[in-house]
Amino acid sequence: MNSQFPALIIVVPLIAALLVNIAGWLRKSLCFPVAVAALAASWLFSIGLLHQVLHRGIIAYRMGGWSPPWGIAYRVDHLGGIVLMLVLLVGLINVIATRGTAAQAFNDRLGAFYSLYLLFVTGLMGIIITGDAFNLYVLLEIASLTAYALIGMGGGRAPLSGLHYIFMGTIGASFYLLGIGYLYIVTGSLNMADLAVLLPSVERTSLVKMSFIFCMVGLFIKMAFFPLHGWLPNAYSHAPNPCASLIAPLTTKVMIYVMIRVIFSIYHPDFAFTTMRMGNPIVWLAVIAILAGSILAYRQDRLKRMLAYIIVVEVGYMVGGFWLGNRAGFTGAVLHILNDAMMTLCLFLAVGAIASRIDDDDFTRLQGIFRKMPFTMTAFVIGALSIIGVPPTGGFFSKWYMITGGLQAGHYAFAAALVTSSLVSALLFFRIFEIGYFGTFEKQDTDPHGMATAVQEAPLDMLIALAITAGVVILMGLYSYRLVSMFIDPVVPAAFMGGH
Amino acid sequence: MQELMAVIVAKYNYWGVVVLMMIGLYAMITKTNLVKKIIGMNILQTAIILFYVSIGAKWEAAIPIIAHGHGGNAHLINVAEYMNPLPHVLMLTAIVVSVATLGVALALAIQIHQQYDTLEEDEIIDQLKADYMNRR
Repeated sequence: MNSQFPALIIVVPLIAALLVNIAGWLRKSLCFPVAVAALAASWLFSIGLLHQVLHRGIIAYRMGGWSPPWGIAYRVDHLGGIVLMLVLLVGLINVIATRGTAAQAFNDRLGAFYSLYLLFVTGLMGIIITGDAFNLYVLLEIASLTAYALIGMGGGRAPLSGLHYIFMGTIGASFYLLGIGYLYIVTGSLNMADLAVLLPSVERTSLVKMSFIFCMVGLFIKMAFFPLHGWLPNAYSHAPNPCASLIAPLTTKVMIYVMIRVIFSIYHPDFAFTTMRMGNPIVWLAVIAILAGSILAYRQDRLKRMLAYIIVVEVGYMVGGFWLGNRAGFTGAVLHILNDAMMTLCLFLAVGAIASRIDDDDFTRLQGIFRKMPFTMTAFVIGALSIIGVPPTGGFFSKWYMITGGLQAGHYAFAAALVTSSLVSALLFFRIFEIGYFGTFEKQDTDPHGMATAVQEAPLDMLIALAITAGVVILMGLYSYRLVSMFIDPVVPAAFMGGH
Repeated sequence: MQELMAVIVAKYNYWGVVVLMMIGLYAMITKTNLVKKIIGMNILQTAIILFYVSIGAKWEAAIPIIAHGHGGNAHLINVAEYMNPLPHVLMLTAIVVSVATLGVALALAIQIHQQYDTLEEDEIIDQLKADYMNRR
């Protein structure tokens, strides 16, 4: 059974997604336990898999016993293992935290919601684990299609935002598919390991270069890298809260993992940095992304929308950090994938908790919120401090690595942009703290009849989930050195070791 | 000019795909009607499916079904006589993906029509602006 972990991780939630739908027809109360059981089982498998990777090294799994390059191979290395574990942890925490709000928001569509939820997580895990370039496209579309549907389930402007996301996402996926098609023409193979062997002999042809550009642009659209971020703010801010706190922490981060995976496993880092010379221009784009995203975030007057623009900024950090092309930058970017997933989850869960009590996330409505929801706001502050980059939290360490990487690469603008955007996010969050802590709440504390309206602390399951998330954010900061030495150091390619 | 014609004639399948892709992207960018945008999206996806199908084809090659291959290794299979079936099989999956995308997009378009009573994007934006002003 131990050797079947890579398949079980995918198969269990996939089958549970079908069962949840049936459970939704029979009895709605069955949906939640089935979803939690599937995600918890899958999470335990992922921990087992991570343990195996640490002891035995990279795990290669042949789906259905077909040997590569014809069959689909699964491949888990240290980086894939930890990202897999974290994606499942986010999915598991979020499903528990949003139990009440989901039941409220999707009353008679609960089965559909949990089914889409599990399929989304399945798609993301497949993306992380697969070793086949075309299989990656299919799983990318499974994750994206379920995300479109989850966003479209909301009311108000959600369907329109979802449709815009479909247009952009489909263009991105089509570009990736076209890039893979070019590679197939040159090599006749779709298996990543096989491609990595075959490509170096033909990598100077314009076809391979074009395929690289198509793949990268497609992935940049999917991860909302700045000039291509248009779909993200609307999609995330109009999505229903239980969906937003699932999709926002995971989609962009997994897409950045895919970018790293495509460059490491299909092309070679040397090809991306030396032959294509794309490092410097993309870091400059990242600088623009960070600064423009910060300015746009500052101009928002709604909490969720502000957080959506902060995600655009964070994508700029990670893409820039990776394309610096040195060890510190790479370490920082990967560490930030892990940290950012947790802190974004923390913030979006807190916003979900606030929205379940106030039903509006305009800044002016947050007056006095600290006194009414002290525990929720404590978690919010921890998440915010991590985004700003205050030492005990994880965000500080990944930013530190990236700034070091920027200075080592001689890219001072990138380091300066990181510091500037940290200051801007400090400004952003302290503005909310001020409204929430010092704002008077007499006006909205009473309804027109003079009765005190009950704005109270969020329900207990949400608070527990928030406490766990905030705890993990701090723990990941305290143990960041071990995270780096155990999971990131083994995957740093030789190309990044030298002084660039 | 003749050289250009030679390039176009030799690679006419690629040129067809390029033209289809551009039609799709053009429709997605310029049309204000949401259903027209969705059609543009589908044309883009179909262009890529045709691209894959065309790279598997060969001149004077048979469909990849071995007629006399049963019952032992009586004769060697000459690969050059058969088309490459793999891109075609891959596209079965891509067709499923594109149908699913189309389905989700049309479902959302129906919801949008119920909400705003129109599928013209500029009219929807006007309504949203009016809503925003009313709330202020």
